[in-house]
Amino acid sequence: MIEMLEVSKSFNTGKPNEFLALDKVNLVIRRGELTILKGPSGSGKTTLLSLVGCMNRPSSGRIKLHGVRTSFMAQGSEAESLDISSLPERFLTEIRRRNFGFIFQQFNLVRGISVIENITLPAFPTGENYADFRRRAAGLLEQFGISRHADSKVEWLSGGEMQRVAIARALINDPELIIADEPTAHLDSRLSREFMDLVAGFRKEGRTVVIASHDPIVFTDPLADRVIEMRDGQIVDQGQP
Amino acid sequence: MSHFINRQRNVLDFAISSLLRRRLKNISLLLLYTLIVALVASLIFFVQSLKREAALLLKDAPDIVVQQLMAGRHDLIKTSNMERIAAIRGVTEVAPRQWGYYFDPVFGANYTVMVDTALGYDSGNAIIGQGVARNQRIAAGDIFTLRNAQNTPLLLNVKEVLPYESELLASDMILMAPRDFTLLFGFPEDAATDLAVTVANPRETITIAGKIAEMIPNSRPILKSEILRTYDSIFDWRGGLMVTILLISILSFVIFAWDKAAGLSAEEKRETGILKSIGWETSDILLLKFWEGSAVSLSAFLLGVAAAYIHVFFFSAPLFAPVLKGWSVLYPAFRLKPHIDLYQLSTLFFLTVMPYTAATILPSWLTATTDADSAMRS
Ligand SMILES: Nc1ncnc2c1ncn2[C@@H]1O[C@H](COP(=O)(O)OP(=O)(O)OP(=O)(O)O)[C@@H](O)[C@H]1O
Ligand SMILES: [Mg+2]
Repeated sequence: MIEMLEVSKSFNTGKPNEFLALDKVNLVIRRGELTILKGPSGSGKTTLLSLVGCMNRPSSGRIKLHGVRTSFMAQGSEAESLDISSLPERFLTEIRRRNFGFIFQQFNLVRGISVIENITLPAFPTGENYADFRRRAAGLLEQFGISRHADSKVEWLSGGEMQRVAIARALINDPELIIADEPTAHLDSRLSREFMDLVAGFRKEGRTVVIASHDPIVFTDPLADRVIEMRDGQIVDQGQP
Repeated sequence: MSHFINRQRNVLDFAISSLLRRRLKNISLLLLYTLIVALVASLIFFVQSLKREAALLLKDAPDIVVQQLMAGRHDLIKTSNMERIAAIRGVTEVAPRQWGYYFDPVFGANYTVMVDTALGYDSGNAIIGQGVARNQRIAAGDIFTLRNAQNTPLLLNVKEVLPYESELLASDMILMAPRDFTLLFGFPEDAATDLAVTVANPRETITIAGKIAEMIPNSRPILKSEILRTYDSIFDWRGGLMVTILLISILSFVIFAWDKAAGLSAEEKRETGILKSIGWETSDILLLKFWEGSAVSLSAFLLGVAAAYIHVFFFSAPLFAPVLKGWSVLYPAFRLKPHIDLYQLSTLFFLTVMPYTAATILPSWLTATTDADSAMRS
């Protein structure tokens, strides 16, 4: 689904504190697989995820997407292969919104508004009918067993509940690919295992999942199709089965 | 199309719930904003109505008024001058006007007493302005008295009260028959306060005025256009004074609004990052800020204008009355006729709604263009 060729990413380019976070990475993420990125802190996992998730563009190299939904490409010609390295931000956002769901380490929920509003937030600018995505959100709340918190403010929730809200939000636009960065960092081991159960569910539904983590509960999970190991901005183990 | 509308509606929805989250801040801002709009709109309504009232009255004013001067003091003019003026080419009519101010010590008010032959009531009858009616607490059919030149009471029967239209300048008016006027002021039979001259072609007015000045020594012809200009400048000057004060308050508001709206809090910056990371475009975030700004400024504008309308047209602008009027004790109770100038209202709209909306959008723009991945590292 995603193909990375010789991808490098450097920060503060041209300044004395220039830093090469990713160094000529080659990586293929296959449709329907659970891919796990592991590696020590600072090895470039988050940076790699942000490129996979079209949140940022590489400094060099190419990233190709295969078979993603877009509105800017003609219908039917379901993007055989789309090189995102050169697409303007507006198109990247569009791809992200339609195809990817994100789960962040700090959950990144918006405080002061209700759980249901947080979950529906990614659907607001899509122009979809409010009632439609609201119904979907209610379904997700049901699925994750947090229906009774629908109208609570998110800051009142426990860590595990916040995690579920964050996951529900990632699923609201029915993405094909789910990207999670250190999803279990704030959870105890029981909740971490529950999270992996949810991930198993995504895989069963046919979604592609990419997780960056240095939590053994995550990267020793038997369901993982591939565990890729990173160090100093390079992939040291492609984890090919 | 429904896609476009849904997007607007969804984002507007979120904008409102966003505003409600910071309820205290936004409500206090809205109140202050409304107050300022109400003040400025009141002023606009008020000055505009005053001008209209004056214009209404002066519409019927004579083209030229000829006064007699006695060493610079206004004196009575001999009616014998009328024939000579009427003989000037281009003059269609000359009429004597007899009028004077009357101070009523009992009610502490000044009236403008005037002879009106056209109304066709006999001696002993009068037509009075709204102010006089209010001041003396009389209505049509009542009788009231003025103290005449012989220090005896002059009895007058109120036939009519002048209509509402142009109340400002006609409010203190008492119209009566020539004989009553002569009796009241001990006015000489062969004189008038001034002469009203009607001119056939308005472009000849200045030439004719010049001829009159030459013909009658020490006479002073006053043109209608001059009177109009004087009224205009009186209202403009007084209005200008208020505008200065109000501009200062608007300015301070803009600074305040800028401070409130522009200083994006760390919380708001974080939220912008989150929205971007979950798939909001820069333009979506600007749309959100636009709706947030518009919701506040538009409601303030509408509330403010409505408050101003009530203030000026229902309560007769108690806040401004002392500054803008106040040349007679009769005026404070008068009511203005509702009149709204769309041009000035839209100017006000652009001066209040635009800067605030801009002040909310611009700073967000700077944060909204940050990379989406920043939220992954907060
Ligand atoms: N915007 C940035 N500007 C400068 N340096 C950056 C920036 N973002 C990341 N880096 C650097 O890039 C390197 C890789 O960071 P990254 O967040 O990808 O590591 P990571 O593997 O996710 O680490 P962790 O396990 O601690 O989350 C780090 O040394 C980091 O300091
Ligand atoms: Mg990281």
